[in-house]
Amino acid sequence: MIPILILFGILVVLILILFGMYNGLVRLRQETNNAWSQIDVQLKRRHDLIPNLVETVKGYMQYEQETLEKVIQARNHAVAAGNIREKAEAENALTRALGGLFALAENYPELKASENMLQLQEELRSTENKIAYARQYYNDVVTEYNTKLEQVPTNIIASMFSFKKRELFEIDTPEEREPVKVQFT
Amino acid sequence: MAHTFRSQIAANRRGSATLCFLMTLLLAAVGAAVGYLTAPEFALVGAAAALAIGIFLWIFVNTSGPKFILQISRAREATHEEDQMLHNVGHEVAIAAGVPMPKLYIIEDSAPNAFATGMDPRKGIICVTTGLLEKLDRDELQGVVAHEMAHIRNNDVRLMTTLALTVGLIVLLRDAFLRSRWRYGGGGRSRDGNQVLAILAILLLILAPVFATLLHFAVSRKREYMADATAVQFTRYPDGLARALEKIASDPDELEAANKATEPMYIVSPFQKFHEVSSALYSTHPPVRDRIRRLRAMGIEQRTDAPPWEKD
Repeated sequence: MIPILILFGILVVLILILFGMYNGLVRLRQETNNAWSQIDVQLKRRHDLIPNLVETVKGYMQYEQETLEKVIQARNHAVAAGNIREKAEAENALTRALGGLFALAENYPELKASENMLQLQEELRSTENKIAYARQYYNDVVTEYNTKLEQVPTNIIASMFSFKKRELFEIDTPEEREPVKVQFT
Repeated sequence: MAHTFRSQIAANRRGSATLCFLMTLLLAAVGAAVGYLTAPEFALVGAAAALAIGIFLWIFVNTSGPKFILQISRAREATHEEDQMLHNVGHEVAIAAGVPMPKLYIIEDSAPNAFATGMDPRKGIICVTTGLLEKLDRDELQGVVAHEMAHIRNNDVRLMTTLALTVGLIVLLRDAFLRSRWRYGGGGRSRDGNQVLAILAILLLILAPVFATLLHFAVSRKREYMADATAVQFTRYPDGLARALEKIASDPDELEAANKATEPMYIVSPFQKFHEVSSALYSTHPPVRDRIRRLRAMGIEQRTDAPPWEKD
C-alpha cells in the first residue's frame, strides 16, 4: 500500500511541475504579446505626430518640398507595413527621413524657436525613446521566451504544445541604433 | 539578458522576505526581553505585544503611508500639459521597466532631489522637486526617474518601509524600557527569574537596536547601488544619471521638505553633501563619488544593446 502511495505522490508532484512549466511558458508568451502591442502603440503615436510636424514645418520650409515629401512617403510606408521585418525596415527609413528633416530645420531659426515646434520636438523625441525602450523590453522578453523553448526541460513541453519562437525586433546597422537626435541647441 | 532581469527580481524578493522575517523575529525577541525583565512570566506577552503593534503599524503604513508622505511634503500631481518633459520621461522609463506608468508628483523646492514611494510596483509614485526640473537637462532627468523607477520595480519601497518600521519599534521598545527602569529604579521583580536569562535579555536590549540600525542602513546603501545599476539597465545611458548625481550632490540649496525620517527615501541624501567621502556605517546612502565612479565605469560601453555588467 505504502509504495503505491509514494508512487502516486511522485506522480502528482511531477504533474504539478509540468503544469508549472506550461503556465510559465504561457505567461511569457502573453508578455511577448503585451510587449509587442506596446511597440505598436508607440509606432502609431509617431505616425500620428508626423502630419502635425509637416503642417508646422511647411510654412517655414517652402523650399524643402523634397525632404517633406520623403518624410510623408516614409510615414505612409511605415503605416502600411505588415510583419515585424517590414515594420523594422519601414521604421528605420522613417527615422532616416526625419533625421534629414531635422538637420535641415537647423537652418530656420524662427522655426526652431516656435513654441509649437518645441512641443512637437519634445513629443517626437519622447516617442523615439518610447519606441527604443519598448523594443528593448520586447527583445528582452522574446529572448527569454526563445531560450526557454530551447532549454531542457521546458523544450519538451514547448514542442508538445507547439509553442513557436518569436522574432526579435532588430535594427540592422549599428549607426541606426541611436535614436534620431531631435535637438537644436 | 532577460534571464538576469527576472531571476534578479526573484532573488531580490527572496532576500527581502528573509530579511523581513529575521527582523520580525528580532522585534519579537526584543519584546520578549522587555517582558521578561519586567516580570519573568511576561516574556510571551511582551513578544506578542511587540508583534501586534508591529503588524498594526505595518498595515497602517501600507495602506496610507504614501498618501501621508505626499501630504507632508506638500506635493502636487504633475500633468502632461504643464510638465510635458517629466511626464514623457516617466512614461519612457516605465516602458523600459515593463511596469505601468507611475503617478508623478512635484514638490515646490529649489533643492534638486527626488524620491519614490508606493507599496506595489503597479502603483508606483515618483516625486521630484521643481529644483530638479529646472537644474537638470533631459538626459539627467531621465537618469533620476530611472533610478526611482528601479526602486519601484525592485520592490525597495515596501522593504525599506518595513525595515524602518521594525528598527524604529525596536529602538522605541528599548527606550521605553530604559526610561521606566530609570524612573522606578532598578532591580524589582526581575530578580525572581533566572539570572542567566536576565543577563541575556539585557544584552539583547543593548545589542539589538544597534545591530538592527546598522543592518537597515547597510541594506539601504546596497539598494541605492542596485537602483543605480537597474536604472542603467533601463536607459542604457549611465552618463545621464552620473551627471545628475553630481549636480544634485553639489547643489547648495537645502531641501526643506526633508527630515531624518524621510532621508533614506531620496536619490541623494539631503544631508550628505558631495565633499563627504564617508562610507560610515551610519549613513543611509553610499558616498556619491563612489556611485558616480561606478556609473562612469559602466559608461565605457554605453549605448550598446547588452547591458554593461554582462560583458567582461
